[in-house]
Amino acid sequence: MKTNTLHEKVIIAGFGGQGIMLAGKLLGHTAMVAGKEVTYMPSYGAEVRGGTAHCMVVIDDEPIASPMVSNPTSLIVMNKASLSKFAPRLKSGGLLIVNSSLIEKNNLKDISADIKILAVPANEIAVELGNVKAANMVALGAFLQKRKLFGSEAAANSLPKVLAKRHHKTLPVNSKALNKGAEFAKEH
Amino acid sequence: MSERVLICGNEAMGEAAVMAGVDAYFGYPITPQNEFTAYMAKRMPEEGRIFLQTESELAAINMVYGASATGKRAMTSSSSPGISLMQEGISYLAGAELPAVVVNVMRGGPGLGNIAPSQGDYFQATRGGGHGDYRTIAIGPSTVQELIDYMQLAFELADEYRTPVTILADGILGQMMEPVTFRKRKPRKLPPKDWALTGAEGRGQNIVRSLWLKEGALENHNYKLQEKYKKIEKNEVICEQYAVDDAEIVLVAYGVAARMVKAAVIKARKHGIKAGWIRPVTLWPFPTEQISKAAEDFKIFLTVEMSLGQMVDDVKLAVEGKCPVLFYGRPGGGIPGPEQILEKIKQLSITPKATAIKS
Repeated sequence: MKTNTLHEKVIIAGFGGQGIMLAGKLLGHTAMVAGKEVTYMPSYGAEVRGGTAHCMVVIDDEPIASPMVSNPTSLIVMNKASLSKFAPRLKSGGLLIVNSSLIEKNNLKDISADIKILAVPANEIAVELGNVKAANMVALGAFLQKRKLFGSEAAANSLPKVLAKRHHKTLPVNSKALNKGAEFAKEH
Repeated sequence: MSERVLICGNEAMGEAAVMAGVDAYFGYPITPQNEFTAYMAKRMPEEGRIFLQTESELAAINMVYGASATGKRAMTSSSSPGISLMQEGISYLAGAELPAVVVNVMRGGPGLGNIAPSQGDYFQATRGGGHGDYRTIAIGPSTVQELIDYMQLAFELADEYRTPVTILADGILGQMMEPVTFRKRKPRKLPPKDWALTGAEGRGQNIVRSLWLKEGALENHNYKLQEKYKKIEKNEVICEQYAVDDAEIVLVAYGVAARMVKAAVIKARKHGIKAGWIRPVTLWPFPTEQISKAAEDFKIFLTVEMSLGQMVDDVKLAVEGKCPVLFYGRPGGGIPGPEQILEKIKQLSITPKATAIKS
């Protein structure tokens, strides 16, 4: 059954330093510009580079009650620990974007059959573009393409608003990474 | 700045305070409100105003006292354990009749507790958490937009009544980002700060103090404060309500919990359950009258909090035994989500039984 009302609950997870929060903020900002209701909630506290990090983004046509997501409709996981932690919480029929550069295929065999899985070699694609740190953008681009919420160009337009000014020299590679991720998702 | 921006609650409060004309911010770091302090560290010097990271929460609240005594708009922010440390200073502010804005981004307690969102400081905020016979105004916003919108009001209430005002947020509100617009309200007309310590040249001496040793002096001072509190209770209650008139079940919640309740009530209505909600925005002064009025016809009241029951006491005092007042809450970082609240509503509703008979 297809409804026109949008209720998207996304968890993006990985280790600190992978740009998890940036990807979430970018998704949030893109949704805002598209005129949607949106909340972004980071995991906060003792998160440091190398530790685990996740954020939750809720996108809706109606006012959002809770920014907390226990059962996401979409999950983007950038490392193995995040897959084991969050994949069991995915709603049935949900979308799972996996960073296959760091998560081997055999880790996906327990995922229930009604989950749509897209394995994206996000690190490899980012390295090809010249900066491994753009892997988050590759994954987000792939997600945007699969969910068809907003185009990767819309996200690229929001990038300057969420990326700290001191990192603005990476805008081109991040924009490219968003597009590459979308292209990959189109082909797979 | 009238465009929509995506910003977290802590930073939004910082910018709102700057817009409201805060002259001095004093604070000491604590999760989950650190973005507030960090924002002010960057923003206040840009405006040529005072930012000071103090050596402790005690220092922060006493610097607020000092700055406020000179007639300047002063504020601090912290989270639960830090706010506990500030209680002495807040009592002194109340006693000396000094305006101040104190932001509490609540986390789990007691003690150091954890850093998760909580509403466990309601008693402390509404009863006057320090010693002595006083009250503090407490405002409980439930969106990032409201954190902005009520900041200016907080400063105005503080100035008008010369009393500390608490904004009671929580870890979710502080950390979450939502689209907001920064809009300036028309300022209230406020009395001149002719009591401030500005140098006594050409006028009589002003004294700011909370010590009243002379026989009968403190009693008189307490009566004076009480009169002020009565005026606040009469004039400054803010409360929202929805679908209360025909409701069989009325939920009462504030802050983030009120968002969950609103969603649950909409779902309950879709299930044919006559539910409504009352949402106190000011926690003190409490919307006693509004709740009392709603309790004139028989209803079940269900208070929902991110604690094991604090505001529910005020709801009971307002209902005065006319209706049953029940409670659902989760402490220590637990969040009563819309689905869980809906389950509670269903349990209390007689409608599903009627539906069952029909079918």
